[in-house]
Amino acid sequence: MTLTIDHLDCSLGKRQILHDVSGLRASPGEITALIGPNGSGKSTLLKAIAGIEAASGRIRLGERQLDALSLEQRSQCLYYLLQDTSTQAALSVFEAVLLARRTQVAEPAATALSAVERALTSLELDPLAERELVTLSGGQRQRVAIAQAIVRRPRLLMLDEPTSALDLHHQLQVLDYLRRLARREEIVIVLAIHDLNLAARFADHLWVVKEGRHIVSGMPEQVLTPERLRDIYAIEAHVEWPIDAPPRVIPLSALHRLGG
Amino acid sequence: MKATTRLPHIAKPESTAARYLARQRRQRGLIVLTALAVLASLLADVATGPGAYALPDVLKALVAPSEVSRVLQIVVWEIRLPVALMAIIVGASLAVAGAEMQTLLDNPLADPFTLGISSAASFGAALAIVLDFGLLPVAGTLLLTGNAFLLAMFASLAIWALSRLRGVSIQTMVLMGIAIMFFFNALLGILQYVASAESLQQLMFWSLGSLDKASWGKLGLAGLALLVTIPIFVRARSRLTALRLGDVQAKAMGIDVGRLRLRMLLCCALLSATAVAFVGTIGFIGLVGPHIARLLVGEDQRVFLPMSALTGALILSLTSILSKTLIPGILLPIGILTALIGLPFFVSLILRSRRELWR
Repeated sequence: MTLTIDHLDCSLGKRQILHDVSGLRASPGEITALIGPNGSGKSTLLKAIAGIEAASGRIRLGERQLDALSLEQRSQCLYYLLQDTSTQAALSVFEAVLLARRTQVAEPAATALSAVERALTSLELDPLAERELVTLSGGQRQRVAIAQAIVRRPRLLMLDEPTSALDLHHQLQVLDYLRRLARREEIVIVLAIHDLNLAARFADHLWVVKEGRHIVSGMPEQVLTPERLRDIYAIEAHVEWPIDAPPRVIPLSALHRLGG
Repeated sequence: MKATTRLPHIAKPESTAARYLARQRRQRGLIVLTALAVLASLLADVATGPGAYALPDVLKALVAPSEVSRVLQIVVWEIRLPVALMAIIVGASLAVAGAEMQTLLDNPLADPFTLGISSAASFGAALAIVLDFGLLPVAGTLLLTGNAFLLAMFASLAIWALSRLRGVSIQTMVLMGIAIMFFFNALLGILQYVASAESLQQLMFWSLGSLDKASWGKLGLAGLALLVTIPIFVRARSRLTALRLGDVQAKAMGIDVGRLRLRMLLCCALLSATAVAFVGTIGFIGLVGPHIARLLVGEDQRVFLPMSALTGALILSLTSILSKTLIPGILLPIGILTALIGLPFFVSLILRSRRELWR
């Protein structure tokens, strides 16, 4: 069930954010990382695919033409997990994950409870099941948000900067989990991410957007070159692809200095 | 136990689902207890009044009216019961409206009072009392009720209409509600300024809130508003709970947030306008009822909605008893008491609670 996007335009109010974004492909079983500078339209692109932001263009997931589906219909096969998972809701972790399931399917209570239990266990959230969301740390909330996503068994899972609130240990843990999830369930995972080292290490495929336009996409080795990084981020960077160690992207300097 | 026998795979006491089911049983137990307290309060309210009738006689009048004196029959069935039931229905209506307004507008201070709906109703009442002007072609007490209802609906619909504008945030909607409150308070001030001493006293009495004009007819209409709206809220319970995770996350779950907010606000408008039109401005119930419910059972609407209705009903019913007994022989305006008793109770609850209500 490959995700394909062509001729996607999206405006927020009078401001056009996405300009004819075309040629994006993401395969099942793989992680596709969406990278680009701040304000390049990464979040808007993910929200447009999810139907949260109105957009025009062609979005297909396998045989399904997503752009012809309503928000509710799209939510049956995809899920978007936003960057900020903070909430003041007086709900327990179990209630929050069960809610994610209940808003998608009407099913016997036993089936829903089993599904929630499996999701919590797979993310090692069992000890936190009765805790209220407001009492959780940023990292714990992020794991709950991922549990809310996987309990809905989406075919396409989009995550907006899923590692931004996590410490190094949890960053590696969550991305490793997502990679195994993509392989095991054969789902399409697209994640917007700023950390190029993590993108290089965990993504099978990269999409690059800048100023609302699709610049390039391909394997990390093809995309993450010093020349491209200069074009995309206006930085000088050193990139290494060792055979026996994870790839390394080392930013050296910004081409433009603040204050001249 | 029933649930665990149906779910053998999660019968292990340590499993998360079993713990969730235990939590759910506790929540439902609290709801049943509160419902029983409401029932007890209703009976106590009916048994309380200037005529000193013994509780057994009052109970007999309720279950077998033909076996008691005609006077007691009238006192119980025509005077006390409508008032006692009105306290419960209005308390439940205001608390449910407050709970859903807080959910829909993501604001802990949203309720019919703070959003200007009560102020609009007061202005409507003042039009009838001071100028004898009716917005509806009716006369007598209905003139006042009709005005109050129409203006309360108008204020609610103004907030509702604003929310239809593209790009309007929920914070703007709350601010609009506050602006509506000040606007109608100013209009009310003008009418108070020109009012005669007699009208002013009447207006003052109305605006302090009172249950003693309750009748079976008014009760039926107030009950109808509750009967119409509650099933709508119940059907939307999961979607309403999801709103507490924020608009974007709710949308990601496939919820048409805009449409949901509009429909539910309309139901809140109907509930609060009906309640305020019949009993005047009774503040605080819409604020304190949902907060107590939230502390007791959390915000899953499956338990939060009934608990809010019950806590609202219980508070107003207890206040109704207090209004009759605090100073023997004098019926205090109930609106004064809800604020006087509710406020310290509310503050102590917040201070004692380890859970932050709303940061």
